[in-house]
Amino acid sequence: MTDPSGEKADARALLSLRNINMTFGGVKALKNVSFDVMPGEVHCLAGENGSGKSTLIKIITGVYRPASGAVIDYDGQTYSHMSPVTAQNGGIQVIWQDLALFPEMTVAENIAFQTLLGRWPRFVNYGRMRETAIRALKRLGVTLDVDLPLKEFPIAQRQIVAIARALVGEAKIVFMDEPTASLTQSETDHLLDIVRTLSASGVAVVFVSHRLAEVLEISSRLTVLRDGGLVGVYSTEGMTQSRITELMTGRTFDQHVRAQPKDANPVVLEVKNLTRPGQFEDVSFTVRRGETLGITGLLGAGRTELALSLFGMLKPHSGEVVLDGKPVRFSTNREAIEAGVAYLSEDRLSLGLIQPQSIADNLVIASLDGIRTNGLLSDERKRQLVAQWVADLGVKIGKQSDAISTLSGAISSASQSPNGWRPIRNF
Amino acid sequence: MRSVVDRFVSWVGPEIAGPGAAFIAVMIFFSIGSPQFLTGATFGSVAFQLPELGLLTLAMLLPILTGGLNLAITFTANIAGLTVAWVLQQNGGADAGPVAFLLGSLLAIGVGAASGLIMGLVIAYTKAHPILVSLSMMIFLRGLGEFLTRGGDVSGFPAFLQPIGHGSILGLPIPLLILIACVLIWHVLLTRTKLGFGTYMIGSNIEAARYSGINTRKVLVLVYMLSGAMCAIAGIIMLARFNSVRVGHGESYLLITVLACFLGGVNPFGGFGRVIPVFLALVVLQLLSSGLNLMGANQHLATAVWGILLISVMLLRWMSSHFKIFKRKKG
Repeated sequence: MTDPSGEKADARALLSLRNINMTFGGVKALKNVSFDVMPGEVHCLAGENGSGKSTLIKIITGVYRPASGAVIDYDGQTYSHMSPVTAQNGGIQVIWQDLALFPEMTVAENIAFQTLLGRWPRFVNYGRMRETAIRALKRLGVTLDVDLPLKEFPIAQRQIVAIARALVGEAKIVFMDEPTASLTQSETDHLLDIVRTLSASGVAVVFVSHRLAEVLEISSRLTVLRDGGLVGVYSTEGMTQSRITELMTGRTFDQHVRAQPKDANPVVLEVKNLTRPGQFEDVSFTVRRGETLGITGLLGAGRTELALSLFGMLKPHSGEVVLDGKPVRFSTNREAIEAGVAYLSEDRLSLGLIQPQSIADNLVIASLDGIRTNGLLSDERKRQLVAQWVADLGVKIGKQSDAISTLSGAISSASQSPNGWRPIRNF
Repeated sequence: MRSVVDRFVSWVGPEIAGPGAAFIAVMIFFSIGSPQFLTGATFGSVAFQLPELGLLTLAMLLPILTGGLNLAITFTANIAGLTVAWVLQQNGGADAGPVAFLLGSLLAIGVGAASGLIMGLVIAYTKAHPILVSLSMMIFLRGLGEFLTRGGDVSGFPAFLQPIGHGSILGLPIPLLILIACVLIWHVLLTRTKLGFGTYMIGSNIEAARYSGINTRKVLVLVYMLSGAMCAIAGIIMLARFNSVRVGHGESYLLITVLACFLGGVNPFGGFGRVIPVFLALVVLQLLSSGLNLMGANQHLATAVWGILLISVMLLRWMSSHFKIFKRKKG
C-alpha cells in the first residue's frame, strides 16, 4: 500500500473498496483499485481523462457491477456490489455533472420530491415539501425562493439545489463529479464554502475535479488514479500542483512553462470592432497560428455570443472578421466549418454531441464530404478515417459503432471536434 | 459463415432480428395450419396487396426517423391520384394517351412534393409539432379532395393503365417491382447520402445536429417533400389498381404504416431504423392477413391479429433487451 496510514485508517472508514475490477468491451476501465473514505472528510478523487474516476463512482452508486471478487464495505456492511437502492437508502448521494434535476419544477419540488416516494397516504403535501426544502437550504447557508421553477436559476444555484436534495436524502457521503466545471471563480468559492459546511456537519464529500488549485484548497486526502489503476492515496498537506500532475500523468512537467510566444507566426484570425448590440460591443483581437486565446468573462458577458458570431450561428451587427487574410461573413455555421472554424459547445451533453448515435457518426458529422466516394457516403472510408482520428487523439474507445454516450465525459469532449480532418482552430 | 451473416446484418441493420423472427414464425405457423399457404397463389395475392401499404410506409418512414410524423400520407396519395385523373380527363378521358398519363404522373408527384414542401417549411421554420402540422395538412387535403370530387368516385381511365395495377414482368407484379425499386432508393438515400445521415442525426438531437453544421431546415424540408412524392407514387398505383380515385381511399392504412415502421425496428422517437427491416415487417403483416384469409378467418379478425402481433413484438423487444436472450456475445 502506498498509504502508510492505510491499515489503521481501515478500521473507521465509512466506505472502503477493495479489489475493484471493471471491463468495458475489452477495455479494462479499473484494475484492482481500492478506495477509502473517512466519515466527514473531504476527499479528492484525481486522475486524467479516462482514468476511471467516473466508473468508480458508478460502481459505488450501484450503476455498474464490478467483476467478482470485489469487496465493498459501507457503514458496517459488506457487499460484493452495490445496487442503486442500497446506495440511496444508505445515504450515498451523487451530484452528477449534468445535475439530473427537473427544470420545469420548483426548487422545493426538486429538493424534496424524494421524501414523498413510497409514503402513505399518496398525496403531495406541498407545505411539508417547502419546509423540507427550506431546512435543507438553510443547512447550506443559502436562501433561494423555493417556489420558483428551477429553470429560472443559473447553473451555480441549480447545483446548490442538487446538493440540498442530497442532504434531504440523509446523505452520509456526497460525490461531486466535476462540480466546478461550469462555475465562475466567485461561484466556485461559494461552492467550496458549502462543501466545508457539509464536511463540518459530518458528511463526507468526495470531490472529482481537474482543477488542482481547488483540490489542494478543499480536500484533506487525495486518491490518484491513472489508466484505471490506483497510483496511491496521499495527504494534501505539503502536496503541490506539479506533484499531483506528475502522479496523474506519470510524467514530470514544469508548471512554469508558458506557451511560447507565437509573434512570428502569421495572423490567422483578426476581429475588428465586432458588435452585436446588447451582447458585445466593439470587440477586436487577433489570433496567430498556433496560439491559444482565452476569452473570459462572467456568465452573460457575451462570450458564447461572440464565439457563435465567429462560427456563423449568430450575425454580428457591425464590424469585420478576417480569416487567413480574407474578410469573411458567414451566414451559416456550415460555411464556417468549411472555412476551417470549429466550435465546441459548453453544453456537450445536449449541443455538442448526438449522444445516442455512434462514435463514428459523431466524428464524421461535420466532414461528410471527406467520406464521399462517387457521390455516396462510404462506410469503408468512414471506418478508416475514424480509426485514424482515434489513433491521432490517442484515446481508448470500444467499437466505432458504440453509442458515443458510452464514452467518459472527457473523451467525448475530444470527439466533439467537428472538423477533425483539418487543423482545428478553437475559440 | 458468421462473417456473411455479419455483413448482411451490417448492410440491412441490426433491426432485422425482430421482423426476421416474426417472418419465420408466420411462415412456420401457416405452413402447418394451411396446406394451401405455401403456394404461388398466396404469394401472388401478397405481392399485389403489399405495394400500396408499402409505398405509404416508406412515405411515413422518413418523417418518423427525424422524430416527426406525416399524418397526411393517405390524403396526399388521393390528391395525387386526382391530379392524374384530372390530366387524363383533360386529354380525352378513356382515350387519353400514355404521354398524358406520364405528364399527369409527374404533375402528381409535384403535387405530393408540394404538400410535403409546405409541411416541411412550417415544421422547419416555426418548429411547430409535426403531428399538428401534418394533421392540418391532412384535413386540408381531405376537404379539398371531397370538394373537388363531391365525395364520389372518379373513373373512366384508358385501358393501358390496367397492366400498371395488375400486370407482371417475369412473373413479378409491376406494383411490387415499383415498391422494390422505391425500397432500394430509400435504402441508398438513408445509408449513403448526406440527406440520410442528417435525417438520423436530426432524429436524435436536432440542436446538436445544427451545431455540427447540418442544415437542419433543408433536411427537414427535403424529408417531407420526399415523403409527399412517395405518397404520390402510392396514389398513382392505387389509381391503376382500382381503376378509380376516391378521396378517403386507403385511409385505414395510415396508422398501419406507423405500426409497420415500429415492427421494423424503427425508434418511435426518431434517429434509428432501417428500410429493409421495415420492408420485411410489411411482408410479415401481409402474409399474416393472407394466411388468416386462407384459413377462413374473417378479414376484420386479420386486422385484430395485426394489433396483437405488434403488442407481442413490443413485449418481445423489451424481454430481449432485459434478459439479453437474443444478444450475441461481443467477441
